[in-house]
Amino acid sequence: MAPIVSIKDLSKTYASGFHALKGVSLDIEEGEILALLGPNGAGKTTLISIICGIVNPSGGQVMVGGHDVVRDFRATRSLIGLVPQELTTDQFETVWNTVSFSRGLHGKKADPAHIEKVLKDLSLWDKKDNMLRELSGGMKRRVLIAKALSHEPRVLFLDEPTAGVDVGLRKGMWQVVEKLRESGVTIILTTHYIEEAEEIADRIGVINGGTLLLVEEKAALMRKLGRKQLSVELTEPMTTVPPALAGFGVTLEGEGTRLVYDCHPDKAGAAIPALLAALSAEGVGFKDIATRQSSLEDIFVELVEGGR
Amino acid sequence: MNFEAVKAIYLFEMARTRRTLLQSVVSPVISTSLYFIVFGAAVGSRIQAIDGVSYGAFITPGLIMLTLLTQCVGNGSFGIYFPKFTGTIYEILSSPVSMAEIVLGYVGAAATKGMMIGLIILATASLFVDLSIQHPLAMIGFFALTAVTFSLFGFIIGIWAKDFEQLNLIPMLVIPPLVFLGGSFYSIDMLPPFWQAVSHFNPVFYLISGFRWSFFGISDVNPAISAAIILVFLAICMGLLTWIFKTGYRLRN
Repeated sequence: MAPIVSIKDLSKTYASGFHALKGVSLDIEEGEILALLGPNGAGKTTLISIICGIVNPSGGQVMVGGHDVVRDFRATRSLIGLVPQELTTDQFETVWNTVSFSRGLHGKKADPAHIEKVLKDLSLWDKKDNMLRELSGGMKRRVLIAKALSHEPRVLFLDEPTAGVDVGLRKGMWQVVEKLRESGVTIILTTHYIEEAEEIADRIGVINGGTLLLVEEKAALMRKLGRKQLSVELTEPMTTVPPALAGFGVTLEGEGTRLVYDCHPDKAGAAIPALLAALSAEGVGFKDIATRQSSLEDIFVELVEGGR
Repeated sequence: MNFEAVKAIYLFEMARTRRTLLQSVVSPVISTSLYFIVFGAAVGSRIQAIDGVSYGAFITPGLIMLTLLTQCVGNGSFGIYFPKFTGTIYEILSSPVSMAEIVLGYVGAAATKGMMIGLIILATASLFVDLSIQHPLAMIGFFALTAVTFSLFGFIIGIWAKDFEQLNLIPMLVIPPLVFLGGSFYSIDMLPPFWQAVSHFNPVFYLISGFRWSFFGISDVNPAISAAIILVFLAICMGLLTWIFKTGYRLRN
């Protein structure tokens, strides 16, 4: 199946001379959730802005649903919903009016039943007649999501959707995202909460300095770049690693009180019992053991640091 | 053509007018009434009729133009500047609307509001002075054409302005002098020859002259020239806008 979003060699240089994107290429499949990770100023928002039509590209091409985003903007923008990073709202409008306005802008006839459903899904129904300035930050964020969903988009961009949203609300928001995915909506999100990307995304893209460092299936990424670490707290400190254990490549830490063993997560199932058996055979006493799997965050930090 | 979007923008802007009814409508009515009391009744009673038109009636077209120009430029510029300022412009730019549709929505609303207030001023004026409109169709034509042209001009200012100071600069500093020196309160026959010549470089002079002709059948210049000048100004504004949309100037850069 053709990708719903296809980005080819996209570049952007702002009038100030800032080179925000340097030849990014990326295909996004229909129905997936793609998380874009990257430090501030990496180019995430510029990338999204070009796809949505807010910023003109300097070079390259973006196709959405088979249409060019510049030449055929009516077709592409009708397919896209955008939730921006900043809480930009018309302070003096009511929730109902601002969400209905968004639907109209996208060329759709008024549909109160749909707006009602969106507001109810986002727990905004009882606030529908409130002015936006009366709402909390988390509610404004949900209003922006409601606006983006008002015209039933097939692709939804969420730029830092959970920034400044409390834990309970964030969970609720991810449930909404999950529901949208079930209905077939493609979701591209950027987030600083890497554990969230880890939890909900199908694929992860890491972007830094205007370059896409990698795009991988989340599971493959974790497998490829993830590490498993075993720490063994010894009863008696050691000065050197016993020769029988040297083959495992373990190191001594904490002034000889702890043995640390790093291995690939796929091999951990066999390697860790073997190491523990070797410890017993050597008569090395230990009082505690702990294992730790590297998170997406570790992988991300390593990639971005490595790129510097 | 995305009619729903034009409608959405237009109604959104008109709703803003309703919310700010007091400052939108009441304040121009009050200030114009003051002009009529001071210039029409107090000072005007000691000024002789100009070309057979009483002074109070003579200044009415100029005062309507003053309000119309100020309102249209102000609304046209504010309508597009405010979303730029708050950031809500993102939604307009990411919607399936062409720039022409955006202009239609914003400029249409600004011109409608300007004309509404212009008509209210006209009604207010008729309370103070005896008014007759000799060429009603021409009057409506001048009125509507001016409203659209200057709303468009305001829209360009709104896109150009980087802050509120720039936004207010032209409506506050440029429009009133052009209107006051454009013959709102006098016929340019009353000026020394040098200033008569200078007046011919003031585009607003032609507007007021043409508009006054539609009321009283008297004018400083041929009304056809007045109409041509407005059309030229309209064409200049359209040309500027086309360039803005092609380059994404201050919108998509």
